[in-house]
Amino acid sequence: MNNFAYAKATNAAQAIEQLNGNTQNKIVAGGTNINDLLKYFVTQADKLVDINPFIDNHAITPLENGGVRLGALVTNADTAYNPVIESKYPLLSKAILAGASAQIRNMATNGGNLNQRTRCYYFYDVNTPCNKREPGSGCSAIKGYNRIHAILGQSENCIAVFPSDMCVALAALNATVNITGPDGDRVLAFADYHRLPGDTPHIDNNLKHGEIITGIDLPAKGFEKNYSYLKLRDRASYSFALVSVATGLDLDGTIINEARIALGGVAHKPWRVTAAEDFLKGKEATQDNFAAAADIILQGAQGYEYNNFKIPLAKRAIIRNGMMALNPDSQRPGAQPSL
Amino acid sequence: METNNTHTTSLRVNGTDYRLDVLPWVSLLDALREKLDLTGTKKGCDHGQCGACTVLVDGKRVLSCLTLAVMKDGSDVTTIEGIAKNQELHPLQKAFIEHDAFQCGYCTPGQICSGIGMLKEGKAHTREEVAELMSGNLCRCGASKGIIDALMEVKEGGGYE
Amino acid sequence: MTKLPSVGQPVSRLEGRQKVTGSAKYAGEYNVPNLLYGYVVNSTITKGKITAIDTAAAKALKGVEAIFTHQNRPSTAWFDMQYADMDAPPGTVFKPLHDNKIKFNGQPIALVVAEDFETARYAASLIKFEYEEEAFITGLIPNLDKAHEPKKGLATMLKPPPPPPTGDFEKAYNSAPVKVAAQYTHATEHHNPLEMYASTVVYEGKGKLTIYDKTQGTINSQLFVANVFGLHFKDVRVLSPFVGGGFGSGLRPQYQLFMAVMASLELKRNVRVTLDRAQMFTFGHRPQTIQNLKFAADAEGNVTAMNHTGVGETSSYEDYAEILVSWSHMLYPAKNTLFEYDLVSLDLPTPIDMRAPGGVSGMHAIECMMDELAYELKMDPLQLRLKNYSETDPSTGKPFTSKALKQCYLEAAEKFGWNERNPEPGSMQRGNKLVGYGMATGIWDAYQFPARVKAILTKEGKLILHNATTDIGTGTMTVMTQIAADEIGLQLEDITFDYGDSKKPFSMFQGGSAITASTGAAIVAVVKELKKKILKKARGIDGSPFKGIKDEDIIFKDGAIALKSDTNLALSFKDVMALIKEPEIKAKKMAGPDILKLKNYSKATHSASFVEVEVDKELGTITVTRAVTAVAAGRIINPKTARSQVLGSMIWGISKALHEETILDENLGKYMNANLGEYHIPVHADIHELDVIFADEKDELINELGIKGVGEIGLVAMPAAIANAIYHATGKRINTLPIHFDKLL
Repeated sequence: MNNFAYAKATNAAQAIEQLNGNTQNKIVAGGTNINDLLKYFVTQADKLVDINPFIDNHAITPLENGGVRLGALVTNADTAYNPVIESKYPLLSKAILAGASAQIRNMATNGGNLNQRTRCYYFYDVNTPCNKREPGSGCSAIKGYNRIHAILGQSENCIAVFPSDMCVALAALNATVNITGPDGDRVLAFADYHRLPGDTPHIDNNLKHGEIITGIDLPAKGFEKNYSYLKLRDRASYSFALVSVATGLDLDGTIINEARIALGGVAHKPWRVTAAEDFLKGKEATQDNFAAAADIILQGAQGYEYNNFKIPLAKRAIIRNGMMALNPDSQRPGAQPSL
Repeated sequence: METNNTHTTSLRVNGTDYRLDVLPWVSLLDALREKLDLTGTKKGCDHGQCGACTVLVDGKRVLSCLTLAVMKDGSDVTTIEGIAKNQELHPLQKAFIEHDAFQCGYCTPGQICSGIGMLKEGKAHTREEVAELMSGNLCRCGASKGIIDALMEVKEGGGYE
Repeated sequence: MTKLPSVGQPVSRLEGRQKVTGSAKYAGEYNVPNLLYGYVVNSTITKGKITAIDTAAAKALKGVEAIFTHQNRPSTAWFDMQYADMDAPPGTVFKPLHDNKIKFNGQPIALVVAEDFETARYAASLIKFEYEEEAFITGLIPNLDKAHEPKKGLATMLKPPPPPPTGDFEKAYNSAPVKVAAQYTHATEHHNPLEMYASTVVYEGKGKLTIYDKTQGTINSQLFVANVFGLHFKDVRVLSPFVGGGFGSGLRPQYQLFMAVMASLELKRNVRVTLDRAQMFTFGHRPQTIQNLKFAADAEGNVTAMNHTGVGETSSYEDYAEILVSWSHMLYPAKNTLFEYDLVSLDLPTPIDMRAPGGVSGMHAIECMMDELAYELKMDPLQLRLKNYSETDPSTGKPFTSKALKQCYLEAAEKFGWNERNPEPGSMQRGNKLVGYGMATGIWDAYQFPARVKAILTKEGKLILHNATTDIGTGTMTVMTQIAADEIGLQLEDITFDYGDSKKPFSMFQGGSAITASTGAAIVAVVKELKKKILKKARGIDGSPFKGIKDEDIIFKDGAIALKSDTNLALSFKDVMALIKEPEIKAKKMAGPDILKLKNYSKATHSASFVEVEVDKELGTITVTRAVTAVAAGRIINPKTARSQVLGSMIWGISKALHEETILDENLGKYMNANLGEYHIPVHADIHELDVIFADEKDELINELGIKGVGEIGLVAMPAAIANAIYHATGKRINTLPIHFDKLL
């Protein structure tokens, strides 16, 4: 950790002023990721701007369109346990509770969750080449130990994955991200928020420096009847997903009116393929149909020496989670497999 | 950029008010251990990966290692040293001793603070849920069984805050 | 008041209150005045030389007091021998900051000392090193052709090489009707005690130091510091009252001790050096191993031939060996055996003993091989063990001092419900889960080291015992107090076991599950001596009721000396002390194993683990849903703390079988998951029903107390039992640990 300055801001305008166009001035909210990155010297800061004192963005509020706005500064725990979220968006609640630990969820904020950085071993070790940390230095993971890495959407520059669980559910729910900045407010569709690595793996998302997330809007449709979040990992809890799946189904009897499927742990962003969801429209909710949808989602998937297993695993996880969504009460703590 | 801007930070820790002049890079964990000599809160990884540094800030269990002290100005902090009241152990402390819920003892303060936070949250109903919501606290000695036994006993017996 | 005898009672840990209130202080928690903080800098290359060091930016920081590198370190002892600790393997010991050579990635190459922790850490990041890199090797498997026989040295005494061949293995194996063969590989593991290594050095002036050190051996650290820095032995005091876990990592002084002492002596200041979690992966580990086994049996299931060869990893400078391949012949009476063990020297730090070193890795292979043999024979795996049960040690022909393994098998099988098992793999199911039952045997040595204890009866009639041992979470303090309580007839509250201090009488480091037997025997010896002295003084009192009474007619009970025939005729210790008008009565006594007697016996602890796993049919996820481990370890002093030791070991077994591994990137020559987020140990949610049974094993030969030690044995059988259960569930033999669930897809 370098010796940085610290300032508080009570609104976005103050924060933007404090950021002052210096990319080495950074925002801190929950601190669970940036403070860690600072300790590892993965990042350094001239100044941390604390946005916790913001007067706004601390609440979960209903929207006129029947949706809900999640304040950017509401903690992950308060979001997951909010009665409206629990009843209307239980998929989001389950996904959040599958991430990190209770302590971290008590600290981490909704806005921060979107902006957390990858957990790639090589990204965290400042003494190894990593294009995300040091553009142009090379990717150590491609030829290294890549068990936790991407199978979809990666590039030859970076095979890191985005580690969030919450965002997998937000992607499935078609959330939108409310942003404010020096040039005013804007809204991004969730699918447009995070980026693929391409030639610019050092840029995780489309939030520009100086911009701040103020909230996340959930549309009215919450898939509260048929939903499931499944997380597969190397221990039962407190570890990142090797593969996770968020599934929401709108059923008419056994026929699927609408399906949403998003994957975590497989790409540089939550992975959604609408063609697969379109395929499921009007079909029976069966293992076979989920398998066919999985094949569409996983088209073009490419593994490496240590993560090839993610391709068949992801397929099986999509199928299982489809079946779990038919019986959401079967879900277990930690989003472990059930049925 | 170098800075020597210390920030005066008010913390109420275990009922006592402190005013600390700290640089922003001092974690709440190091402030407690090095500046207030409250070494009961443990540093097991310093990176949010073990739970040994768990304390209660304004009643909620958080990781003091990933918390900057300056960010908690005006907060009420309870550490393991503040759990027993007037020499009387908290029911969970007693249950930990009775169930031999520790060996080396290094994760214990974090387990207990986390356990108290967990009980207060009231979200865990079954043994499986208690184990899940306590999984942010690692125990290398392998005292999991005693820890969860102790928590279940206190949860079912009540009498905790 | 507890009732005596205390031995055998489930007494809660006597230090419990300190541990649950946060008042227990560990090595890095002594906030002595004017403390300086050290932060270590580690090599970022794997092999080569440091060619230049630029410390300017670091030195320029306000608060930086000093920076030590090989270029400016104060002079220390020159000879290897002076650096060699009590657990040093044969070879050339690593000397921190000795020269510019880099022997492994993460090697400590500098120490920054600053006024506060944050400044030291930041300054450490600003030092720039230039290196000349050399080619390195860090992978075991690609370098098996470089295997060599381990060098011999002092440490070989505790870790003898494999026994010579018996019979004719090749011939017996080739002609056997039933045979199996397999290869087993084990990942690197790191101990990762939750407390990170720390030394707080208090500079007392004139070459005198008081050191709060994280170690499993206070005297080991004291010797190391005195030898390396040329100090008088008595001027170095090492204190370790609380140790936040060790698991073997503290058997050798770690480099933070060297660094903190060096800085303290040079700066004449109090200095603390605490390692960070990544640095916890830079000084020793359980080595990677690869093992090849071939077992054969006759048609009735008698094991006739056993071949076990193993290759372990060591550093380029020391030959660290484990007892890896010698175990099967201590269990199974095959006539034809062939055991071989070699090492490959790699550009990594020297491995260091980690809980049940060698035993847990070797027995995983042996007991999986036995399971395969059982299937080949179409025999129940438990029946195969019973069929080949040997009351004597087949490898030496000597009887065991005691061996209640059969009870372990039978009691654990009964409690587990082994007879409900359908032997067909994949035949048992529960919903979407395949259910598997597996079992395995455990064996571990029963060590006893020499130990010395001083006992004092105070004028209040209370007993104080002194010994240098640590209590790394084992319950040592509690069990020692219990042993003493019974021997002298005092309540636990009236006894103080004063330990964790190199100034106290001798104890070996705390390893090998040996301390209860070692220090425990010395306590019995010294208290007997103390009782003699007390009685002698009591007899000398005017009008003493014990004058002319024979020793055997007198008992020590309830804090008093009494006549056996009439316990009302008693004199309390307190009264004795008042009447003789002396401040205290002291005794000091050494105890050690009875080598002459024990040379005619083999000695071992045994265990049997029975495990149920559930494996998700499609997803492969593995859950250890239940496990029962029965342990035969002689007399159990405290069933509560002993049970915790075994439960903890069982969780270590789950971890070794399914979770933990240090990932080595052989391209970079370094460990990539040097943190607790990606080095996976089980969380609470991974742990389900665990049961412990202590077999009733009376051992009148091993030592006076009949103790064998329980720190490691509970781990030994678990990994094989889990792997065998996974086979039973899925029909898949996965011989590489840890077994990640994707291997079952």
